[in-house]
Amino acid sequence: MITRPDTALDDRPSVTGPSVTGPRKDNTLVTTPPPPPQVSTPTTQVSPQTTWMLAVRDSRDRAAFAALFDHFAPRLKGFIMRSGTGSGQAEEIVQEVMLTVWRKAAQFDPTRAQVSSWVYQIARNRQIDVIRKENRPMPEELAEDLAGASGAEPDASQILAVEQESSQLKQALSRLKPDQREIIERAYLGELSHQEISTQTGLPLGTIKSRIRLGLDRLRHELKELR
Amino acid sequence: MTAITHHTPDALLAAYAAGSLPQAYALVVAAHISLCLDCRAGYEAHLSGGGAVLETVKPEAISEGLKSNVLDLLDAPVAPEPIYRRTGVYPGPVIAALKGNPPKWKSLGLGVRQSILSADQNGSARLLYIPPGQTVPDHSHNGLELTLVLQGSFSDTTGRFGIGDLEIGDQDLEHAPAADPGAPCICLAATDAPLRFSSLVPRLLQPLFRI
Ligand SMILES: [Zn+2]
Repeated sequence: MITRPDTALDDRPSVTGPSVTGPRKDNTLVTTPPPPPQVSTPTTQVSPQTTWMLAVRDSRDRAAFAALFDHFAPRLKGFIMRSGTGSGQAEEIVQEVMLTVWRKAAQFDPTRAQVSSWVYQIARNRQIDVIRKENRPMPEELAEDLAGASGAEPDASQILAVEQESSQLKQALSRLKPDQREIIERAYLGELSHQEISTQTGLPLGTIKSRIRLGLDRLRHELKELR
Repeated sequence: MTAITHHTPDALLAAYAAGSLPQAYALVVAAHISLCLDCRAGYEAHLSGGGAVLETVKPEAISEGLKSNVLDLLDAPVAPEPIYRRTGVYPGPVIAALKGNPPKWKSLGLGVRQSILSADQNGSARLLYIPPGQTVPDHSHNGLELTLVLQGSFSDTTGRFGIGDLEIGDQDLEHAPAADPGAPCICLAATDAPLRFSSLVPRLLQPLFRI
């Protein structure tokens, strides 16, 4: 399914405010200073997950999809069961998530998100759908979200940069003390309210902040290229 | 048009990415992200945080047969989901909440109109239309009120809010926002409790107007 987003952002002035990189009123998951910018050449390889996902997106490759299933299905099931969902219902959700990965593959853009964050978003939507009987309102897609699907050659260095951020984030998570890690996990499992998240200051996840800055640079870059 | 200066606080972005925001707030945050690159970047960063948790959580063994079930279903026909795109001043998520229809405005008096998008025990989301120069009577609210400007601008004791700006009102904020001169101000507002207007409509009538 190809959404054809409108040009809502095209008439907007470029966002130049310092609001993300500068101090913000709230200090939640981003209270430590960000690490130095990652200027070195990315040394990570494109991950197997990304390679499989691109094969699914561009060639409808079933073997690649089966490999994605083997990687993500047990993790999805573990993730969903962490919130107290039983094994049977968790597998129903896993099935829906994996089918959505296949059906919406055209929306996957490796220069904007690693496979795991894209799958995470789908998984949370399915869980909300099943457990709360609600459709989570989703942001409108940028026209640029579909640049990959429309045949433009993706920038390999950007894909690698996204992958590198992903592995840094995983490392940062694994280095946390168990109680801190527990809070992060509960936040992203959807178990903490925004009030609870805002009172959890001091979480050493500065990587999130550098991810915001890099992500914003990329969004600006993509918008500029398409003008 | 001026740049957006009032953004979604990070805790709200994280909760939105994690799917733990009440529906009415989630609509406002989704609409703001649709208009704001800064907050889109913050949202995508939190998705990668969620992705890292997904990658590092303890896996659970999958039942035999689930994989072949899924593979068998890959070609099953599915009804396409409707795609709601920005229409006029309303971003895609607002159009989705309106199911593609134009807003159904109801008068609140003094030229102020509202169109309720959703209302239940967890909160309400509505569009507000305020004529230029008109003040929305002083009101306070339980909990948090999010107000996103879609057209025109308004000012209150905390500042001026233009298109794309998001005002975060907590329960201590007793405010009387006034639409600035010029275009009528159209806002998307969400609360987790009914609004309590102090003067616009007699309190007894509030259940009738659902405000
Ligand atoms: Zn913003």
